[in-house]
Amino acid sequence: MSGVNPYGTSANHHVLSVLVQNRPGVLARVASLFARRGYNIFSLAVAPTDNDEYSRITIVVNVESNTIEQIVKQLFKLVEVVRISELDPSNSVERELMVSTVRASAEQRGQVVELVNIFEGKILSVGSDALIVSLDGSPEKLDDFEELLRQYGIVESQRTGRVALPKLDRKSRTTKGNKG
Amino acid sequence: MSSQANRHQEGEKITGAQALIRSLEMENTEVIFGLPGGCILPAYDPLLESPIRHILVRHEQGAGHMAEGYAHVTGRPGVAMVTSGPAATNLVTPLCDAYMDSIPMVAITGQVSTSAIGTDAFQECDTVGITRSVTKHNELVMTAEDLPLAIRQAFHLATTGRPGPVLVDVPKDVLQNTMAWHWPSDAEVEASLPGYKPNTKGHPRMIKEAAQLILRSSQPILYIGGGVLKARAASALRELAELVQIPVVTTLMARGAFPDDHPLCLGMPGMHGNATAVTAMQKADLLIALGSRFDDRVTGKVSSFAPDAKIIHVDIDPAEQGKVRKPDVPIVGDCRLVIEEIIKAIRDLLASGVTQADLGPWRSRVSGWREQFPLAYDQSEPGRALKPQYCLEKLRDSAPEGTIVVSGVGQHQMWTSQYWNFNEPYTWVNSGGLGTMGFSIPAAIGAKVGRPDKTVWAIDGDGCFQMTAQELVTASLERIPVKIGILNNSYLGMVRQWQEMFYEERYSEVYLSTEVPNFVKMAESMGCVGIRVDDPDEVQNAIDKANSINDRPVVVDFRVDAGEKVFPMVAAGQSNDDIMLHPSQNDRRGNLR
Repeated sequence: MSGVNPYGTSANHHVLSVLVQNRPGVLARVASLFARRGYNIFSLAVAPTDNDEYSRITIVVNVESNTIEQIVKQLFKLVEVVRISELDPSNSVERELMVSTVRASAEQRGQVVELVNIFEGKILSVGSDALIVSLDGSPEKLDDFEELLRQYGIVESQRTGRVALPKLDRKSRTTKGNKG
Repeated sequence: MSSQANRHQEGEKITGAQALIRSLEMENTEVIFGLPGGCILPAYDPLLESPIRHILVRHEQGAGHMAEGYAHVTGRPGVAMVTSGPAATNLVTPLCDAYMDSIPMVAITGQVSTSAIGTDAFQECDTVGITRSVTKHNELVMTAEDLPLAIRQAFHLATTGRPGPVLVDVPKDVLQNTMAWHWPSDAEVEASLPGYKPNTKGHPRMIKEAAQLILRSSQPILYIGGGVLKARAASALRELAELVQIPVVTTLMARGAFPDDHPLCLGMPGMHGNATAVTAMQKADLLIALGSRFDDRVTGKVSSFAPDAKIIHVDIDPAEQGKVRKPDVPIVGDCRLVIEEIIKAIRDLLASGVTQADLGPWRSRVSGWREQFPLAYDQSEPGRALKPQYCLEKLRDSAPEGTIVVSGVGQHQMWTSQYWNFNEPYTWVNSGGLGTMGFSIPAAIGAKVGRPDKTVWAIDGDGCFQMTAQELVTASLERIPVKIGILNNSYLGMVRQWQEMFYEERYSEVYLSTEVPNFVKMAESMGCVGIRVDDPDEVQNAIDKANSINDRPVVVDFRVDAGEKVFPMVAAGQSNDDIMLHPSQNDRRGNLR
């Protein structure tokens, strides 16, 4: 990932929203397909949809655009994959969640709390010399927040994989059927 | 299916094992290749009452390749059933082989009881995990009620779309538990696979574009792959080729899809293809790729493969489109249906006054190559070792009509593909994609079980033979009279050839033995007739004798010249333009333009 801001928008950055049957082993199938064909998953989020027969896997990959085409076709060959949408970042809403433990001495605590408030984040836990804070939002917003927190000292930080859906007023690129 | 469903009472209480065997019967399984063991044991009990024939193999790999051979020649899915753990891992090679060559196959594996899964129990392995990347689909069945649907899905997936192997892993307690019989309807199967909708019908606009491009091209080649055979499209292909008079190359997986004795047939392209087929593809202005996948053994160095050719690519698997070479006209669909539509579109265009480009100059160029660059080998001098090509010519010329030929992997495979005349589809069985040494003996047995009316010759190497020879015991005891011709050069011949050509004749670990094993005695110990041939004069007699024996397997040990190499050859990673010809043709090389 060196040289590329992993959370920023890069030309090779693709978001796949993969609707799968909610069955044991589906995630392993998807993950092993990526491994077997030599594609690297950048981030991954999985959860059942409103219909619990299906799960949605949101995968972020950094690859050339002809490679993404091949990835999509190979994913389609998995019997339990029902639908794949490649989400255009400019036409979709994307969210991530970050939870961070930040160093905050008594005198700095106020500054950190102020920063959290500006970003509309939350304080989850308060210690004598640290805070645990959380923020959800677009990947870019989380990047900014993380950078500002860094000056206080991030002890530990965990970001979720990205979840995304197409915006309502535009059509997402959706591919259906066509499986061999 | 509904009439068959009526054979059994809905809701009848039976065990999972009975449901499994009954489901296999419902899918018209006539034979299972298998070997029982602890976890699969319950399934072998109701098998005693079943009309399904079971062939008891000596090694589970044999069961898998037999299922493949059966599927190759019948077009019906081959079924293998083995137990858990080591039996399942022994099945991995044939599963991968079937996956690479798109062979419909259903594998049933036993598994430890559901309560023991994940505990490292005796003979437990993560079968579904291990076989995930070598199957089209696999499934661990957790309740007896789910078995009939899992089996129906397996047969459906194995045989539709791009065919392939499907594995169903069944824990022992699932086989032992009682369930209420229910045979799922077609609609239930479809509903259970919401993401599986293979596209069989080509896009009409693309088909029309293909037809126009075909008529416009002046140097076209039909590039035929195994998909044509899978789609049962051989006669449609012949109609297309004859309609537009376009020369045809048949890849290793497609030998027999177009008759070798047809004037338009150029034979096999690729690493060991003949010079005409290779060069015609290189010089073509259009490749009509039907069920072929631009394998590296065909393209050579991709960047210099058929540089001036436009590509029409017909394949049922969308992922093949553009995987190696970007097509100008991609058509996702079943080869037979698409070829038929292309024929219609061409006829329509011709009827509307469109004329086809003149192929005369192209065809005469191609025939010039054919005349000057036939397959060539030096006949052995009196008293010297036999030539493998000579043995093959004799075998070919003595073979009863419709003989099925099966091969292992290596020099003998390439010579067989080169020197045999394949004039009917489904008479050639080999391991193309995976290149599995040891494939031929079990695959030949499976083929003979599927087509007992046909003579089945396995052409094997001495290296391959020793990998799966134990299945000749199976063949003897099950009375499956296959014939094995070993082109025995006492070497791992293809590796020897590469060491000779690319490693300065530094032979490393390729010599086997001229004396051990004694193949005749080995054959006899397994209940076969064994014949050894050293001299060219003995070849015909030995073949005649082998062809006359039909009550047991025969093994003919042809002692052939170890120095013989397969020509032509395109070295791995090289351009097809740099094809190495038989030394006797090098002076003419300049004519390959």
